[in-house]
Amino acid sequence: MVDVAFQQNRVQATKAARRRNGLHKALKRKSTVAFLMTLPLILLIAVLVVYPAFYSLHLATLNKSMTKFVGLGNFEFLFKRDTFWLVVKQSCIFAISAVIFKALIGFIVAHFVHNVPANKQRRWRGMLLVPWVIPPAMSTLAWLWLFDPSYSAFNYTLALFGIGPIPWTGDANWARFSVILVNVWYGAPFFMIMYLAALKSVPEQLYEAAAIDGANWWQRIWYVTLPMMRNIIAITTLFSLIVTFANFDIVRILTAGGPLDHTHIFATWAFRVGIEGSDIPLGASVSLFMVPILAVAAIFILRDVSKRGNEA
Amino acid sequence: MSAITVDKAGPTRKVKYGSISRDRAWALRWSYFFLILFAILSLTPPLYMLITSLKSSAEISAATNPWWVYHPTLENYIGLLTSNQFLRFFWNSAWVSIFVVTITMLISVPAAFALARMKFWGSATLATGVFLTYLIPDTLLFIPLFKMFALFGDYTGIQLVNRWYVLLIIYPTLTVPFCTWIMIGYFASIPKELDEAAIIDGASWFQTLTRIFIPVALPGLIAATIFAFTVSWAQFLYPLVFTTSTDQLVLPVGIITTLIKGDVFNWGQIMTGALLGAAPPLIIYAFLMDYYIAGLTAGATKG
Repeated sequence: MVDVAFQQNRVQATKAARRRNGLHKALKRKSTVAFLMTLPLILLIAVLVVYPAFYSLHLATLNKSMTKFVGLGNFEFLFKRDTFWLVVKQSCIFAISAVIFKALIGFIVAHFVHNVPANKQRRWRGMLLVPWVIPPAMSTLAWLWLFDPSYSAFNYTLALFGIGPIPWTGDANWARFSVILVNVWYGAPFFMIMYLAALKSVPEQLYEAAAIDGANWWQRIWYVTLPMMRNIIAITTLFSLIVTFANFDIVRILTAGGPLDHTHIFATWAFRVGIEGSDIPLGASVSLFMVPILAVAAIFILRDVSKRGNEA
Repeated sequence: MSAITVDKAGPTRKVKYGSISRDRAWALRWSYFFLILFAILSLTPPLYMLITSLKSSAEISAATNPWWVYHPTLENYIGLLTSNQFLRFFWNSAWVSIFVVTITMLISVPAAFALARMKFWGSATLATGVFLTYLIPDTLLFIPLFKMFALFGDYTGIQLVNRWYVLLIIYPTLTVPFCTWIMIGYFASIPKELDEAAIIDGASWFQTLTRIFIPVALPGLIAATIFAFTVSWAQFLYPLVFTTSTDQLVLPVGIITTLIKGDVFNWGQIMTGALLGAAPPLIIYAFLMDYYIAGLTAGATKG
């Protein structure tokens, strides 16, 4: 290459220049630059998100030692186990009731914050968002200590009113209540912030018009606030449904699935089976059961988000 | 306007107007009442952490009034902050978070710029894909990822499982999609004239990004940075799965696996550790609340 270039110096030089120019042009071309800029993102998503997602499907069809293809054997095995149905039931109870309470409390609190004078809103908002800021693993430890069987601060306080000791994490139904309570405590501030932002974007004239037409507070909420906030409410609720359904930290730390697997949800049970019980294929099959609900929620979110994009 | 109507309306109207303002006053009072109630509920666990962290083990097991500290002591703080193990957790967490924030920004800012401004084949689909990736939770991917990294170690001999730096590879899957998404929103809101002027003046795409887009979208960049930091600081599932040796643990997992020994709970130290673990996000939040909230609400309102 080099000696050829030496012999046909001029021709080669111009060719090289043209080629360099071509490469230069290609590098300067918008689509090439854009592609190079997004390449790390594409690689990250392809290798660490899309590939594992499909790998999970593959894993779910193997036997425990991952040597033999068993088809849907893992799923058949799961369907025969009572614990699995307990987990399905608990996951649905947990996610649906937690999201409903988070949405309701968030909505109510957002209205209260919106009611106080604007210069004081910042302080209240700041205090009320604290549960969302603390890492859930850390705050759940505090709840675990508040629920402690023998030193529970709640039971101490309730005893002052003559209410007997409550087995917060010991009894199946109380434990279910406790994990939902902690999840609502952690997630309601997120709804509050989203709703507050939405409330501020509702034009004041609409309320004035409603007041002139003689609407009471309930009609103002039902006919003005809710329709104006519909999109934000939908996105926030669906998003929270995904996060709550896939929750791990709170249940893991508070009850670790107990008592007797009554508070296990998909994620914690998949961890118990797949990592602690080292049956990776079965764990993968369990976590795959989250996909349908997540997919439905994701489709609706995507529709709402793109609708917002078109309106803007 | 309203003043004129009130003047014209006479006494009966005035009474009605007064009743409305009285209603408002009552509504305000009720609002404050419930806000105080909700604020107490929100702040009880962190305050209880603080109360317990100031108690000695003897005072905790004496089961006196749990809401009050009779003999405040800093022994839990001294105990933890002089323990090499706890400091190790803290530094592991800090390094992981700092590296993850850097990696996240290096990946998501150029990508968001390209997706927001340089339309190319498949860019719209990719933007939607990024948002969808953000909706995929960690609990869906931890088992296949764990198996993938174990196999990777078997094939190449590079052992990544049970090393803290494996988290640097995994955490970006949680932070990059959301940061890219909100940066797309911020970049898209910058007027087109600005970068057209830069291009006409002979700036390259890279210069347009660093000299114009990053300075103008700085608030968004700060919001995305805060998001990436808090996510990687708080992450619990991945370190629980991927790291087991005590010198490789990050703070949340470290506190839970080492301070809880069997059935013996050293609650004073656990609460101190939890409070110290919650401190960095809380401090950032206290100083940069507006950016924090901007990042929180951007996911649904931008784009």
